[in-house]
Amino acid sequence: MDLTYSAEHQAFRREVLDFLEAHRHAAPKGGGAAQRPSAEAVAWQKLLIAHGYAARTIPKEYGGYGAAPDILKSRIIGEEFARAGVPPGLQSQGISMLVPTLLELGTEDQKRQWIGPTIHGEVIWCQGYSEPGSGSDLASLQTRATEDGDDFVINGQKIWTSTAREADMIFCLVRTEPDKGKHDGISYLIFSMKTLGIEVRPLVTMTGHAEFNETFFTDVRVPKSQIVGKRGQGWFVANATLKHERGMLGDPGQLESRFLALAELMRTETAGDGRIMDNPILRDRLLRLQAELAAMKFNGLRVLSASANGGEAGLARLIVKLQSCELAHQISALAIDALGELGVLYDGSPHLRSHGSWQQAYMFQLGLIIGGGTAQIQKNIIAERGLGMPREPKPTTEGSRS
Amino acid sequence: MEFGLSSEQRMLQDAVARYLAEQSPLRHVRDIAAAAKPCSPDVAAGLADLGVPGVIIPAEFGGMGLGLLEAALVAETLGFSVAPAHFAGAHVMAPLAILLGGSDSQQQAWLPQLATGAARAAVAVSQAVEVRDGVGVVARDGWLDGTALFVLDAADADLFVVADTTGALHLVAADAPGLTQIPLTTIDKTRSVGELRMTGVKADPLPGGGGRTTRRIIDAGRIMLAADILGAGTAMIEQAVAYAGTRVQFGRPIGSFQAVKHMCAEMAAALEPCRSLVWYAAHAFDHAPDESTLMACHAKSHLSEVGRFVARTSTEVHGGMGFTDLAGLHYWFKRIGLDRQLLGGPELVRNEAARVQGWIAA
Ligand SMILES: Cc1cc2nc3c(=O)[nH]c(=O)nc-3n(C[C@H](O)[C@H](O)[C@H](O)COP(=O)(O)OP(=O)(O)OC[C@H]3O[C@@H](n4cnc5c(N)ncnc54)[C@H](O)[C@@H]3O)c2cc1C
Repeated sequence: MDLTYSAEHQAFRREVLDFLEAHRHAAPKGGGAAQRPSAEAVAWQKLLIAHGYAARTIPKEYGGYGAAPDILKSRIIGEEFARAGVPPGLQSQGISMLVPTLLELGTEDQKRQWIGPTIHGEVIWCQGYSEPGSGSDLASLQTRATEDGDDFVINGQKIWTSTAREADMIFCLVRTEPDKGKHDGISYLIFSMKTLGIEVRPLVTMTGHAEFNETFFTDVRVPKSQIVGKRGQGWFVANATLKHERGMLGDPGQLESRFLALAELMRTETAGDGRIMDNPILRDRLLRLQAELAAMKFNGLRVLSASANGGEAGLARLIVKLQSCELAHQISALAIDALGELGVLYDGSPHLRSHGSWQQAYMFQLGLIIGGGTAQIQKNIIAERGLGMPREPKPTTEGSRS
Repeated sequence: MEFGLSSEQRMLQDAVARYLAEQSPLRHVRDIAAAAKPCSPDVAAGLADLGVPGVIIPAEFGGMGLGLLEAALVAETLGFSVAPAHFAGAHVMAPLAILLGGSDSQQQAWLPQLATGAARAAVAVSQAVEVRDGVGVVARDGWLDGTALFVLDAADADLFVVADTTGALHLVAADAPGLTQIPLTTIDKTRSVGELRMTGVKADPLPGGGGRTTRRIIDAGRIMLAADILGAGTAMIEQAVAYAGTRVQFGRPIGSFQAVKHMCAEMAAALEPCRSLVWYAAHAFDHAPDESTLMACHAKSHLSEVGRFVARTSTEVHGGMGFTDLAGLHYWFKRIGLDRQLLGGPELVRNEAARVQGWIAA
């Protein structure tokens, strides 16, 4: 255990702090990760990339900052931005999932064309994986792509496609070889959402907003060059992406800032003459979450150290999505309970607290427990891959979204 | 920056684990429990050969001079093997009290003996955490009167470290006139908890043994109990997974049923982050004093909750067998049960954590 930072890393932390001090006024207000970023957010992203606080390790020739990978520096950036309450760089499925996938498996042309505009927030992507009949059992997907000259012609339907209406582009799984096995006939295509034959219908979620959509494809023509990886290798390519999605969903820095907001809420809100913090039952729940958060934070450090040393953290990594999403949901649940009747206010009501963000988060985080591999699928994975328990007589997690 | 164990730390843990696996298998634990003796003289001797009694005692007094993290690794290993041995009180809290609060002559008199295991100390500080049955120890002009409950590692102690009602600490020799020792029978037959009754007992106060020292040894004790739960919980998950892989019902191993699989996954998902929490709390005790009380509280309360969940779930995975004496799983179940209550249950500890952060009045 050595939790001290080297002189280089300490100096780096000071640089980050200086940057925050000098530029925090230019940071965009409010997140809105699911939408098209505002001009303000795009300008902020540009500034962050120029200083190496976003797209840090993405090579210069693809529009990134081009630093050598240094997990600790990335962590310092994350920590200090969270502590300062300053929004970090843009987060989107394009940046978190597509870009790493292209870096790993894309052609040189694909990298040059897409990575730069994506990390700068100029091109927005959506993820076309799930279908009405294929959720957890993603590899059963049926959207067909048949060959016609230099093109694939796509027919079928995707569902739960987040940001499909705002998106310029889609990364999409399609079945190119229906005669092959479940996992062997899939290809990974990237194409414009403006292509003729695509229809997007918003799906309103429980939050009252249409966070995701149904996406229909009718004779959509996509040049064959827009495949990532080889034909029939889409399952392998997608798994590279899913790995990045899971990482995105388990960020302890975000959990910590939500927790701090909750503790602040309980210190400042009152019921009758007393502070909420003086209610022993609610306080006990708060401390319980704090201990769990501490465990997840240090678990994160352990996983980070293991990967910095080129190792594998095994179970410590496999449990992150399940535990973090649950913890995030519990933090919001306590905030609502701490607010009592005020906790039900929503949509700009008088007396509303934090712009309704607690209810919004409480509902949205339930979505995150389901999305990107449900809690039950995570448990299958932990048991089978982490603990080596026997598989079902028929495979359940093989070919499921991880 | 490196969040993980060094190779020396792993070697220490492996050495203790190997010793216990060979010399203190469940058979031996059963024998000790059946003899109604709270700890095994053989295991005590074996652990002494490995230097365990002196793990945190500085080399100048003949100890290993290691930190609380190393002590936590030993505690974890003892919990894993449900070792019938003294540890948290005898080998961590008591020497720590003398180190932090003792005079030179007290240190010279006791630490070398404690380091080799030639003398053994127990700790009577439970009344500084919570008073039950109205107990308490009053110090007056070098004499102690009163009662202490839940004295840790009480059996065969040569020396007691006793907290009085002001939180100050005193050394009391086991053969001091006016001292009566009463063993308390707990659910856990692998550890020793006792009661002390004192009427006009001569005390040797620790000059630096004020509230701050008491605070420190309670923090250390809580981290040891948390580490013990971590080890015991790890063993219970391993046993559940192994049993689920061999027990067949409906023509297939029960571990292939999703309900069983998910019980195991939930245990692992809850316990795995606890490992990092215990490591960090122990590390902070030595290297981040500002955080150490809070982290000790978090480790103790969180491991107590997760431990209880793992203890009951692992038992359920074993079906009726889990409930029997035959499987022996109950030794771990009870070990976790004891660890949870000692030095403050989770609700009490969480309230302290709120106070430490200034969230409620001290
Ligand atoms: C907020 C949100 C955003 C999303 N964004 C996108 C997106 O942008 N792009 C995209 O492609 N998809 C997206 N999804 C889809 C998401 O990945 C799927 O919802 C998820 O994988 C589950 O699939 P399903 O909804 O079909 O549920 P199902 O697979 O039908 O599951 C229903 C229930 O059955 C359980 N179950 C299923 N199989 C098993 C099994 N083998 N063992 C145990 N239990 C099982 C599940 O755990 C669940 O409880 C999003 C979902 C949400 C909620």
